[in-house]
Amino acid sequence: MKRNEAYNEFVKGIWRDNPVFVQVLGMCPMLAVTNSAINAIAMGMATFFVLVGSSFLVSSLRQWIPKQVRISCFIIIIATFVTVADYTLLALVPAVHKELGAFIPLIVANCMILGRQEAFASRYPAKLAVMDAIGMAGGFMLALFSLGAIREILGDGALFGVRLFGADFEPWVIMILPPGGFLTLGVILLFFNWFRQKKDEFLDDVAEAQRGSD
Amino acid sequence: MTEKEPKLLLFHAPLLRQDMTTARVMREVIIALLPAAGAAVWFFGFTALLVIGASIAGAVAAEWLFAPRESRGASLLDGSGLLTGLLLGLTLPPGLPMWMAFLGGFAGICLGKVIWGGLGHNLFNPALLGRAFLQATFPIAMTTWTPPAPGEFGVLSGNLALPFMQAGVDGVTAATPLGLLKFEQEVTPLLSLATGNTGGSLGEASGLLLLLGGIFLWIRRDFDWRIPVSILLTVAVFSAVLGLFDAERFPTPLFSIFSGGLLLGAIYMATDPVTSPVTPRGAWIFGIGIGVLVMLIRVFGGLPEGVMYAILLMNAATPLIDRYTQPRVFGREAKSP
Repeated sequence: MKRNEAYNEFVKGIWRDNPVFVQVLGMCPMLAVTNSAINAIAMGMATFFVLVGSSFLVSSLRQWIPKQVRISCFIIIIATFVTVADYTLLALVPAVHKELGAFIPLIVANCMILGRQEAFASRYPAKLAVMDAIGMAGGFMLALFSLGAIREILGDGALFGVRLFGADFEPWVIMILPPGGFLTLGVILLFFNWFRQKKDEFLDDVAEAQRGSD
Repeated sequence: MTEKEPKLLLFHAPLLRQDMTTARVMREVIIALLPAAGAAVWFFGFTALLVIGASIAGAVAAEWLFAPRESRGASLLDGSGLLTGLLLGLTLPPGLPMWMAFLGGFAGICLGKVIWGGLGHNLFNPALLGRAFLQATFPIAMTTWTPPAPGEFGVLSGNLALPFMQAGVDGVTAATPLGLLKFEQEVTPLLSLATGNTGGSLGEASGLLLLLGGIFLWIRRDFDWRIPVSILLTVAVFSAVLGLFDAERFPTPLFSIFSGGLLLGAIYMATDPVTSPVTPRGAWIFGIGIGVLVMLIRVFGGLPEGVMYAILLMNAATPLIDRYTQPRVFGREAKSP
């Protein structure tokens, strides 16, 4: 039973409550750094580390954080992990770090992270908070990667720098420019809403049929 | 007892029905564009048919795909998708691969019309939005101009490029008259500008035929004559004033009017009833704004041509213009809205 609950918290972040496609949070890194799949993955990993770490710490310390100053406490914890992520990326992959630029320090301002602390980690035990954080960060990474992959494939004809269509491919320049981020995200959100609408209609139909047969 | 002719007939309003419908206006604009499209075929060969056909196919496909299931056929019948495709096709360079033209038509309808809620709700002209999308997506292919070859009816190999693949290089490319003026200080003779024997996009070709179509539309009252007149007047006055300063460097008024996409944009795109102001005063402001922006971009900007961006910018200003030019209701005090 307990394990089941933790599993639920994990799964909801990936699909049903996906932070990007359903909650539409964390738009700044989403639109800014997804012009190639590798940047998207690096940003996703950094966010993953920050979210899981700070959720664990906030949840463990939740008895000692005074309600009145909780937001500043959360931010200090988040900023600590962001600094760690910043320097780690700089040491391990300097090229990617340069590409991401100001957007790594800006993870602090990612409202998805603060939102999870406020809405979940500060109210639940550490185990559930960590599962929730893994799910949410996984969903975020999935969203970043799908956006980055679509934009890199169309805008550059490549994925992770590997050319897919040969030398004759005509790149869609707009896709690696900022408008491409908005267009791609819009199309994906359209798909999610359409899917949810279809699902609701289907469930309504099923309910109708059951009422009819009773 | 015999049936009597009824003496009194009762109707409800509207009592005076006009035969001015969306479908009729669209049809007549398409008819007005046909001579210019014919000229494009004459100057650039069957390549013009391929590009225009592909962009129409893209526009109609998007229109059909995103229409609600109940009214799928109906939204095609009014011809607005067809017109968007035709207008977009006329703004494209001759050597553009067909798949790009198709994508442009599709994106124009999707981004310019469908996501706003369909015909009548869009803020921007769909054909120009499709062109802006293509311009940002394929900047090189969209500025590769093939010189005209009157009466040869050939097909450029670039048109037949496979989807997602580059167009092969066709060898000869030519600059547009505006490009020649801006970057090489070379003036194209007015006669070739007016007949259309210059490099450029398909529909820029023949200024005189575009004007002819405009006169047809004006006689049929299909558009607001104030918009094209104010655009062309503004451009003419602006370049005449510039000519006073330096006649060598700046284009003459007639050159400004007949070069580039100005006639096509002023007569057929800026006058789109959905995206232009409804009040007469607003129409003047709208037209003057477009004229000034066109000349600013052409003379002082980095691009040789600016009709597309000028119209799109003024499209964005249209709701504001409409709001501030509303006529005073009779009997009310004049005050700002």
